[in-house]
Amino acid sequence: MIALLLRDLKLAFRAGGGFGLGLAFFLIVTVLVPFSVGPQSSLLSTIAPGVLWLGALLACLLSLDRLLALDWEDGSLDLVATAPLPLEAVVSIKALAHWLTTGLPLVLAAPFLGVLLNLPVPGFFWLVISLLVGTPAMSVIGTFGAALTVGLKRGGLLLSLLVLPLYVPTLIFGAEVARRGATGMETQTPLLMLAGITAATIALLPFASAAVLRINLR
Amino acid sequence: MTLTVTDLAITRGGIPVLEGLNFSLQPGHALILRGPNGIGKTTLLRTLAGLQPALSGTIDGAEDQIAYASHSDGLKPTLTVVENLAFWASVFGTDDIQPALDAFALNELSDRHAGNLSAGQKRRLGLARMLVTGRPIWMLDEPTVSLDKDAVQMFADAVRAHLGQGGSALIATHIDLGLDGEIMDVGSNKAKPKPIDDFDGGFL
Amino acid sequence: MSIAAKANTLWEYANPRKFLATSERVLPFFWMTSFVCLVVGLTWGFFFTPDDYKQGSTVKIIYLHVPAALMAINCWLMMLATSLVWLVRRHHVSALAARAAAPIGIVMTLIALVTGAIWGQPMWGTWWAWDPRLTAFLILFLFYLGYVALWEAIEDSDTAADLTSVLCLVGSVFALLSRYAVNFWNQGLHQGASVMRAAAITGADTEEKVSNIYFYPLLLCIIGFVLLFIALVLYRTGTEIRARRIKALLARERLNG
Repeated sequence: MIALLLRDLKLAFRAGGGFGLGLAFFLIVTVLVPFSVGPQSSLLSTIAPGVLWLGALLACLLSLDRLLALDWEDGSLDLVATAPLPLEAVVSIKALAHWLTTGLPLVLAAPFLGVLLNLPVPGFFWLVISLLVGTPAMSVIGTFGAALTVGLKRGGLLLSLLVLPLYVPTLIFGAEVARRGATGMETQTPLLMLAGITAATIALLPFASAAVLRINLR
Repeated sequence: MTLTVTDLAITRGGIPVLEGLNFSLQPGHALILRGPNGIGKTTLLRTLAGLQPALSGTIDGAEDQIAYASHSDGLKPTLTVVENLAFWASVFGTDDIQPALDAFALNELSDRHAGNLSAGQKRRLGLARMLVTGRPIWMLDEPTVSLDKDAVQMFADAVRAHLGQGGSALIATHIDLGLDGEIMDVGSNKAKPKPIDDFDGGFL
Repeated sequence: MSIAAKANTLWEYANPRKFLATSERVLPFFWMTSFVCLVVGLTWGFFFTPDDYKQGSTVKIIYLHVPAALMAINCWLMMLATSLVWLVRRHHVSALAARAAAPIGIVMTLIALVTGAIWGQPMWGTWWAWDPRLTAFLILFLFYLGYVALWEAIEDSDTAADLTSVLCLVGSVFALLSRYAVNFWNQGLHQGASVMRAAAITGADTEEKVSNIYFYPLLLCIIGFVLLFIALVLYRTGTEIRARRIKALLARERLNG
C-alpha cells in the first residue's frame, strides 16, 4: 500500500506528472476574478472566501481525469486489481495521493492568494482550516467520479458533470466556514458539518468507488 | 497448487463466448492456449485471473495464486526500469528484484526510464514482473509479442525454471516456445447460441 | 424458492416478454384516466376556482407546479428503487425502467422550475431567487443530467446499468445532503410544503395553506400526473426493452455470422 502511494507521489513529481498544474490554475482563476468583477477592494474582500473556495474546487476537479485514467491506459490498473491489495484500499490510496499532490498544495497556497483578493485578516485562519478539512472530501468524491468514468475515452467532461453536483454540500459548508470566519461570525456549526461530510465520505465512498472500478475493469 | 476449471462458461460484453471448459493445471506443468483470434482467449485469462465474473462453472485454486500478464505491461514511462520493477515487487511483498533483472537481461538497462525502452525491452520488463510476484500460477497473454529470438529464448528459459520450481503456466500464444506443455485448443468450446425463446426470457 | 411460489410473485414481470404483454394491456387505462384527471382537474382549477385575494390568478399555477415538483422527486425515488432491484436481483427490466424514467424526471423538474419562475416573477418580483427549495430542485436537475449523460456515454448495456445504479445510490445520499446544506445556507422565501397538511384538508386553513377550494382540483391534477408518469414510464420502458432486444439480436447474429 505504501508502495502504491510512494509510486503515485513519485509519478506526480516527475516530468509530465501534473504536479503544479492545479496550483497554477488556482492562481490564474484568482487573478482573473478582479478583472471580471472590478478592483474595488471592499467588493473583493466580500467575495474572497467564496472565490478562493470555488477556485480550489475547480483546481481539484481539473486533475481528476488523470487520477485513474493513466493507470487504466497503461494496463497497470488491471495488474493492481490482481495484486494482493483490496480495490477499496487502492482507491483510498489513490485519493490520498491526489490530496497530497493537489489538495494540500491548494490549502497552502490559498492564504497567499487571499492577499490578492483583500481577504479580511480573521479570514485567513478559517480559510486554511476549512480547506484543510474540506479538500480531502473533494479528493475522495473525485476518485469516485474518476472510477465511474475510467473506461470512457473522452470522459473528462462527463467526469466534471458527475462530480460537480456531488461537491455541492462540501462547497456550501466549506465556503460558509470561510465566509463566516472572515466576518467574525460563529463557524462551529458549518465546520462540524464539513468535517462530518469529509469523515463520512472517507469512510464510505471508497466502497462505492471500488465497486464501480470493479465493474469497469471486467 | 492445482488450478481446476469445471464446466466454465465465460462472456465478453454480455455475450457468451466460450462454454464447457474443463481442465486442470498441475504444478510443474504448462498449458498452451490455442484458438483463432477473437475466440475468447484473453477473456478466459481475465476470468481466471479474477478480473471478470464467469457466466457459470467453477474455478478452484486460483485465489491469490495467479500472476497475470496482459497485452499491456503496466509500465510507467517516467519511472526507471528498477523503479518499475521494485514497485511491483513491494506490492507483492518482496524487495528482491535482482533475479528478475538477471533472467531478462535488464541489468544494463536498470537506470533507463521505461519510456525510453524499445517495445521488446518493455515487454521483457513486463515479463520480469512475473518473477517478482512470487505467485505459482502464471497467466500470460501473447507474451512473445515484439520479442526477438534471444528474448523469446530468455522467456522460455524463465518459464522452464518456474515450472522446475513447482510453478505452472497458462500461456496464450501462437508460436512454438519449445516448452513441453500440453496444448489446449479452445476452438471447439465456442458458445452455441441459446434457442430464441430462452433468449427472450432474460435477453441473453 | 420453489418454481410454483415464484410464478406468483411480482418478479415474474422481470421477464421482458411478460412485462411487454402486461404493460400493453394496462397502458390504455393509464393514458385514459390520466387524461381525464388532468383535463377535469386543470379545467376545474383554472376556470372554476376563485382568484386568491393576495396572489390573484397566479395562484392557479400550482395545478402544474405542485404535481410536477412531486413527480420530479418521486421519479428519482423510483429510479433509486429500480436501481437497487437491478443491483440485487439483476432484472434487466428494472434497470431499463430506471433509464426510461430519467428523462421524464428531467422534464418534471424543468416544469417545476419554469412554472415556479413564472409564478415567482409577479409574486417575489424576480424570476429566480436562491431560495433553498428552488436551489434544491436545480441541484436535482443537475443530478438527473449527470445520470442521463452516464447512461448515454457507456456502450455496454450491463455496465451502464451497473454504473448508473451506483451513481443513483450515491447521488441520492448527496442530493439529500445538498438539500440540508442548502437549507442551512439560505433560509429562503418559499412557503413550506402546504398541500398535505392536515389543517389544509380539514379546512382549518390559514393564508399560508392551500384551502379546500383549491385542494380538490389540485388533488385531481396530482393523481393525473401520477397516472401520466406511470403511463410514460411503462411506455418508455417498453421502447427500451425493444431497443435492447434489437441490440441483443444483432449481437447474436454477428456471433453466429
